Amino acid sequence: MGNLDSKIPKGPLADKWTNHKNDINLVNPANKRNIDVIMVGTGLAGGSAAATLAELGYNVKTFCYQDSPRRAHSIAAQGGINAAKNYQGDGDSNYRLFYDTIKGGDYRSREANVYRLAEVSANIIDQCVAQGVPFAREYGGLLDNRSFGGVLVSRTFYAKGQTGQQLLLGCYSAMNRQINRGKITSYTRHEMLDLVIVGGKARGIIARNLVTGEIERHSAHAVVIASGGYGNVFFLSTNAMGSNVTAAWKVHKKGAYFANPCFTQIHPTCIPVSGDHQSKLTLMSESLRNDGRIWVPKKLEDAKAIREGRLKPTELKEEDRDYYLERRYPAFGNLVPRDVASRAAKERCDAGFGVNKTGEAVYLDFSAAFLRYGKETANTQHLENPTEQQIIELGKAVVEAKYGNLFQMYEKIVDQNPYETPMMIYPAVHYTMGGIWVDYNLQTTIPGCFATGEANFSDHGANRLGASALMQGLADGYFVLPYTIGNYLASDIRTGKIPTDSPEFDQAEKAVREKLERFINNKGTRSVDHFHKRLGKIMWDKVGMSRNAPHLQEAVAEIKALREEFWQDVKVPGGLNEMNPELEKAARVADFLELGELFAKDALHRNESCGGHFREEYQTEEGEALRDDENFMYVAAWEFTGEPGDAILHKEDLIYENIEVKARSYK
Amino acid sequence: MNLTLKIWRQKDAAAKGKIQTYQLGGVDPDMSFLEMLDVLNEDLVNKGEDPVVFDHDCREGICGTCSLQINGEPHGPDRGITTCQLHMRKFKDGDTIVIEPFRAKAFPVLKDLVVDRSAFERIQQAGGYISVNTSGTTQDANAIPIPKEDADAAFFSASCIGCGACVAACKNASAMLFTSAKVSQMALLPQGRVEASTRVLAMVEQMDKEGFGNCTNTGACEIECPKGISLENIARMNREYMKASVG
Repeated sequence: MGNLDSKIPKGPLADKWTNHKNDINLVNPANKRNIDVIMVGTGLAGGSAAATLAELGYNVKTFCYQDSPRRAHSIAAQGGINAAKNYQGDGDSNYRLFYDTIKGGDYRSREANVYRLAEVSANIIDQCVAQGVPFAREYGGLLDNRSFGGVLVSRTFYAKGQTGQQLLLGCYSAMNRQINRGKITSYTRHEMLDLVIVGGKARGIIARNLVTGEIERHSAHAVVIASGGYGNVFFLSTNAMGSNVTAAWKVHKKGAYFANPCFTQIHPTCIPVSGDHQSKLTLMSESLRNDGRIWVPKKLEDAKAIREGRLKPTELKEEDRDYYLERRYPAFGNLVPRDVASRAAKERCDAGFGVNKTGEAVYLDFSAAFLRYGKETANTQHLENPTEQQIIELGKAVVEAKYGNLFQMYEKIVDQNPYETPMMIYPAVHYTMGGIWVDYNLQTTIPGCFATGEANFSDHGANRLGASALMQGLADGYFVLPYTIGNYLASDIRTGKIPTDSPEFDQAEKAVREKLERFINNKGTRSVDHFHKRLGKIMWDKVGMSRNAPHLQEAVAEIKALREEFWQDVKVPGGLNEMNPELEKAARVADFLELGELFAKDALHRNESCGGHFREEYQTEEGEALRDDENFMYVAAWEFTGEPGDAILHKEDLIYENIEVKARSYK
Repeated sequence: MNLTLKIWRQKDAAAKGKIQTYQLGGVDPDMSFLEMLDVLNEDLVNKGEDPVVFDHDCREGICGTCSLQINGEPHGPDRGITTCQLHMRKFKDGDTIVIEPFRAKAFPVLKDLVVDRSAFERIQQAGGYISVNTSGTTQDANAIPIPKEDADAAFFSASCIGCGACVAACKNASAMLFTSAKVSQMALLPQGRVEASTRVLAMVEQMDKEGFGNCTNTGACEIECPKGISLENIARMNREYMKASVG
């Protein structure tokens, strides 16, 4: 077990980041022009970092598999972004945002990083507003806020249900300014397939042009991985179809430790699975939980009647409904954190109270909100003796203004009108808190290789609270990495251009080419998706919302066997030197088949329940997660040694100096 | 459901394309249109044929990657949606469906149903931004109050996903709905006003350079737009352009 140096600056928590910035080496503007940085991924973390680095004067090359950076999956984030602005005067502060995030993460994230996140959060809002991001506003012209799961203050800034889209477009516009200046070269429809290390430092990547199939060499003085999460290891998830682990996994295989792979968030408010044809799951913004009430029938026979279509949910009387979150968690009710809400839904469905055909759905009901908002509107409009129907109509209009696009999306997918009948929801894989291990400077264990946003592990612990991932992506990209990377690059001002004809580049390109050729020449009998779906089933059944040791052991063995079968029997049509999405998928699934095994191994070793990681053996009598702080208050960082199953565990102890570690209760 | 699919196949940008016919059974009405294509592709791969290449990513109607001209309409017969939000329940058993790429001179076909929409990126890169440094030393976000109506209008313009349906729907292959949405967002906000003139002139110039046609007020773009981007944006862009040209 090696020592993991997180390089957390000394001094009081609130001063660490300021002191660190004052100590950091700076690069003279004239020298920045001689330094190249590669950015892999152009979502909120990568795009914002690329724009800022270019603005500072570095030469930036960005890579994304999409046809435009503005299509990165950050665009799909719906709910909002947190910031400790305390505009609402409800007692918010940097410390409170820090505290909520640490607690929400079940004390499995790094104190100093999370404090820094809270500290720069307010700047993000200022920055985005200056860029023209049209956040929701109140009638007085000031910014509006809402509240999110796991939190008791209104600190979430939003743009209807499309906050991620607006933030990403803002960040992309900042990139465009730099592209126009010639400081960013944007490589779209390109995929990074390996990291090149020269003299112990990350010095470039091997990428494939997805249109022509050409394998390209790109060199730089530093490489930043901002490639997002790996939720698609489950096949079905809320991630975009192309979201993959490849860039992160490739740097892991080249020496970067991979931390806490088992920490995966299962989001409670997704549209349930409708059949075997399904290719992905759609999330409904968690903001809906502000106004919707979650319930299932109290009686098993009612649940059965609903499943069989004999009873409509609207016909069920109030006293026959079980608002199980409000019942179990009176303080937070429907706003409990995502892991708690997800497990509670699974518990009710497993007990037979599920409401869709497969029994894997609960209701999210807005009828109370229609009445509440309707009465408010009737009052403000001074309507005399409005009928209940009038009130409901007024209320529906208010809900439509807030969540209209989400209701429309639901109706398109499910073919039911959520204004007339309660929505059905069920948990789905959403966000991965694990990722590449980084120190306080966001540097991986490979010098010169950095990781930001969802691709790194540092800020969310075992769980993620709503509206905190957008915050981390932009904090890393706009305000953290641009400083910390300078500290590293300061020693590179005399290096000059990195040549791409070195033996290291030759070797990396050869390995990539051979692997791709192997797919094309394999002539197996099964499609890539066939293997991906089987991997997803193992993951969901045995490494999903709740886990136990025997299942995890089985999963490790099954994934290993599946991987062997994949390499023997996968069939990839088409050629190497052309646009070939099947080949792209094959390379990504090959990496998922390795990551999946490490994921299960990590879940198996962590003998406790924390946040999104729930081990059935470790729960309280009431079925709540039972942490083991004495033995597991550490980051599990895995070192690759040739086979995912043989990875070596390194620990970074988590030390809480400023916060009292206690049981997380939302009762 | 059983379907007859007539699909544009084209090996690469240089090759000549043609419509090819496929029979597909076992289609569930709850499938999305793209999931139906997944099923077709799984069949083709199993038969040793090359699958149909099409663009898609988020599959929840927001990334703007999916395209497709379906029975002559961008994103198919339904209104206010992208192709990934189109479900097979909108079709009937036994239907014949014609699937083509978006057609426009400025959107060259790369392969099968995939077109190159990077002309849109170059329009934005010509000036579709507010020149503010990303240093974090900007003023407090509430320092400039913005009327809710203006903020909402800016939001509606900003909700364009850049899918290109407007271009594909337009008989002139005009990109004015897209460009005007991007111009409008910033024209409606106080932060974007300072460089309004240079912005609109540069973006319109780039739009013309890319080979997009002009607007003749037909309005097909608005009808086919998955996000309901309004023609008002075009009027606003014209006003902005006029102001910038004479000012």
